[in-house]
Amino acid sequence: MTETPLLQATALTRMYGKRVGCRDVSFDLWPGEVLGVVGESGSGKTTLLNCLSAQLEPSGGEILYTRRDGRQVDIFALSEGERRLLLRTEWGLVRQNPRDGLRMAVSAGANVGERLMAVGARHYGDIRGQARHWLTELEIDAERIDDLPRNFSGGMQQRLQIARNLVTSPRLVFMDEPTGGLDVSVQARLLDLIRRLTRDLGLACIIVTHDLGVVRMLSHRLLVMRGGEVVEAGLTDQVLDDPQHPYSQMLVSSILPV
Amino acid sequence: MSAMTEQTDPMIAIQGLHKTFTLHTQNGATISALQSLDLTVSGGECVVVRGASGAGKSSLLRCVYGNYRAGGGAIWVRHQGAMVDVAKAEPRTILDMRRTTMGFVSQFLRVIPRIPTLDLVMEPLLTAGRSAEEAREQAGTILTHLNLPQRLWSLAPATFSGGEQQRVNIARAMVWDYPVLLLDEPTASLDRENRAAVVELILAARSRGAAILGVFHDREAGDAVATDTIELRANRLAA
Repeated sequence: MTETPLLQATALTRMYGKRVGCRDVSFDLWPGEVLGVVGESGSGKTTLLNCLSAQLEPSGGEILYTRRDGRQVDIFALSEGERRLLLRTEWGLVRQNPRDGLRMAVSAGANVGERLMAVGARHYGDIRGQARHWLTELEIDAERIDDLPRNFSGGMQQRLQIARNLVTSPRLVFMDEPTGGLDVSVQARLLDLIRRLTRDLGLACIIVTHDLGVVRMLSHRLLVMRGGEVVEAGLTDQVLDDPQHPYSQMLVSSILPV
Repeated sequence: MSAMTEQTDPMIAIQGLHKTFTLHTQNGATISALQSLDLTVSGGECVVVRGASGAGKSSLLRCVYGNYRAGGGAIWVRHQGAMVDVAKAEPRTILDMRRTTMGFVSQFLRVIPRIPTLDLVMEPLLTAGRSAEEAREQAGTILTHLNLPQRLWSLAPATFSGGEQQRVNIARAMVWDYPVLLLDEPTASLDRENRAAVVELILAARSRGAAILGVFHDREAGDAVATDTIELRANRLAA
């Protein structure tokens, strides 16, 4: 097993004035690990994700990330340019609403190819080939490479957004409610796809969701958040089957049986 | 215990295990499931845990697998040559142990909906790093052994009968040769013929040297595989 965590958060805090966004969050994420973050609306999970993915500057604490070259860097000590490079070359970010993560006015192929060009790819044939490859991996018919994403279904748009993220071979992908707006039938397919991809590519992933079913299927480990703080952390099945904290017990016991 | 197994190092060594549940949603009521439990299982042994329902049989297996959090004591499991205390191990160590060392058959099949049976059974092998081709072949072999007709392999198990789902579950847990197997009612809801097929698999695992800890509602199946038994009573362990 590797000895340096991919991501190390220490005492991460984000205040909005006097209001707590998230407070004193610490954890290690290891390569290939899928971490779920659950909690109700307003529990601070999205604030945490935004801090971790360097979209929001924390009020306190530290995030260390181990780059591909083996160097550990302090995310918020990097220059804006270095941080942007990291986001393009090592990270992916899948938003809940694919419309926020895609460019709706350019073709599916361009949406995927654009990320490659941003890291320096110039050969048109290669870029198109890669785009086709990733569309197919995400079960989108490669014949639709020239179609606009607005003509795709919600599930297809979400898969396109994931393809756009994976084309640059990220090592860490942040996902905010990736199955949020989708029909349940589409959800199951997407869950299976995400699970296969994380396994086969050895991707590490941080998934924020309020859906305990999603984390049971996808994540290895779980953080339960309430009022901006992590109230319980552990193996996903352990937290769900033997929750220790009163709030986790309440969450788990509130799931409606089908 | 035979002289031979006495010489081998234990694969599982449980010392003073406690487990208590505190139900915060029910005014903090506490339930004591296990108290000062000691137990060792060596390779080639199958220890069958008996006891009335509520005696803590499932809790014991789940604590060993890291699914329940031990309240006290140590649960040593041999993993890649070294003894690891599951009660204190980091989540990623437990995950690693589950990939290659510990297999678990539960009473419920919990999987992503709409995934074909064959893919579900291949999954543990792929996770442990086997090639798709090898995984497919081994998954097919074990499903065939468990009498699951090939026409069902491409279907998701949601619509299967209880017995069929249970066999998919067993196939997933036994398709990889885990050195430690935890079996929670593996023969429940199976008919005679399929029970025999499962007993055969367990005996094969035992003879290849797996350390097995099992709970069997069905006395006959338990007797057929046991090298030793322990009896759990509510709140204490009797010899």
